Amino acid sequence: MIRFDNVSKRYPGGFEALRNISFNMQDGAMAFLTGHSGAGKSTLLKLIALIERTTRGQLFVDGQNVSRIGKRRIPYIRRKIGFIFQNHHLLFDRTVFDNVALPLIIAGYRHQDIARRVRAALDKVGLLAKERLYPITLSGGEQQRVGIARAVVNKPLLLLADEPTGNLDPDLSREIMALFAQFNDVGVSVLIASHDIALIEQLDYPVLTLDNGRLAAS
Amino acid sequence: MKRTRRNRWRAQHHWLEGLRRRLSPRIFFQRHAQVALDSLGRLYRNWLPSLMTAAVIGIALALPSGLYLLLENIDRLSGSWDGQASLSVFLRDNVSEKAAVDLAAQVAAWPEVGGVKLVTPAQALEEFRQHSGFADVLDTLHENPLPAVLIVTPAPEHTRPERAAGLQARLAALPETGLAQIDLEWVQRLAAILDMTRRGILLISVLLGLAVLLVIGNTIRLEIQNRREEILVTKLIGATNAFVRRPFLYSGIWYGVLGALIAWVLVQAGFWLLAGPVSHLAGLYQSAFRLQTLPVSLLNLLLWGGISLGLLGSWLAVGRHLDAIEPA
Repeated sequence: MIRFDNVSKRYPGGFEALRNISFNMQDGAMAFLTGHSGAGKSTLLKLIALIERTTRGQLFVDGQNVSRIGKRRIPYIRRKIGFIFQNHHLLFDRTVFDNVALPLIIAGYRHQDIARRVRAALDKVGLLAKERLYPITLSGGEQQRVGIARAVVNKPLLLLADEPTGNLDPDLSREIMALFAQFNDVGVSVLIASHDIALIEQLDYPVLTLDNGRLAAS
Repeated sequence: MKRTRRNRWRAQHHWLEGLRRRLSPRIFFQRHAQVALDSLGRLYRNWLPSLMTAAVIGIALALPSGLYLLLENIDRLSGSWDGQASLSVFLRDNVSEKAAVDLAAQVAAWPEVGGVKLVTPAQALEEFRQHSGFADVLDTLHENPLPAVLIVTPAPEHTRPERAAGLQARLAALPETGLAQIDLEWVQRLAAILDMTRRGILLISVLLGLAVLLVIGNTIRLEIQNRREEILVTKLIGATNAFVRRPFLYSGIWYGVLGALIAWVLVQAGFWLLAGPVSHLAGLYQSAFRLQTLPVSLLNLLLWGGISLGLLGSWLAVGRHLDAIEPA
């Protein structure tokens, strides 16, 4: 699903966030990405979602080499990916339902399909009763689950999560991780960046460790 | 292995379904109608600033269309004489009434002449007495100072200015003629002035159109800034530039439509205010002239002009500012 082949990322100004990263993540796999703050976790996820572009090396997403892909084709790659952000990136001027519906509207689903899929996704994260509320009225954990529902609503092949439990208490964090495991069970590949070592060690998934932009042997 | 194959199939299915969705006209129209309504709703929610912007556009569109309409009315006024340009031949004092009648018959036989009407000095005096308001003064005159006049109407194929001038020369060469002049020369001069004014209005229209473009462009630029976060998020979850652009283009179109409607109301109101004084003035000239109000074609022109300017203005703004907003 994801293959890094000697990928480096240098930001304008010269800071080298990632150096010679190589790894391969199988279709349908689930893995954690960990490392200290500033080790390059976010950069690595951003490269996959084409928010940042690789400086050197080859990057494959779903078998497609995206390292030099044109700007116009980026949106179609992103539609294969569900991205979950630490700060949710929800739109506060519309309801939970409308937030979750956004990827489907973008992809051009029919009105009836949108309602059905949004309710299914909200049901999955346990927020079906709150579809008419505005995100501002929800707790942090609920907002994060809205973000997850939005990420999975168009049934992406790949889920990327950047510190999804960063602001949550341990119980909520476990719940969120269990949710990811459920999506993985139905065939979605999942890559989660987290520095919550304690939580990661409780779960039995491969771990990629970044140290100063390099992949440490694990 | 099994899971891998399933994912492969899903990947292909994904692509096929995306293609199907993109090609479906029903979804296409549904989507556009939704975005159009959404953009209109946004304007309505901030109705005061939206109305102010639309009013600026409306005034800018009302000025040239109002001037144009005024011009059309003047044109129509002068146009009512166009077909019947005639020549007045003032005969010398020493031409007797009998000679004048003979001359009228002689001229009427010319191929370039459509008709001749003889106005004898007595008829002319009577007419002058009735219409000039100088009846009392005329009674004090001892003799009739007015000459006999032949009013010569050119044949239909000789009404054009240069032909009429040829006829004028031939009439002027007659021994009985004192003065031969083409009537309503001022109509031609007015036409020339109108042509010039029309050019001026065109220039004003272009400048004001440019102003509308700038107003809409600037408004859309502000809207893009206000919705920066929304643009970022939609781009992050796979929105194409076309998708992001669409609501702003519809906003531009709505501004154009609202501006056109406001312009129409303004012009309509202006003409309503002018209608009273104009018909009073026309009454003083014993004319049944009435201001022609807005024809539907002008409303059409205003609407399409507004829509085009709105779309173009927002397109320019969106092209300049949307690319700068990229998730990072």
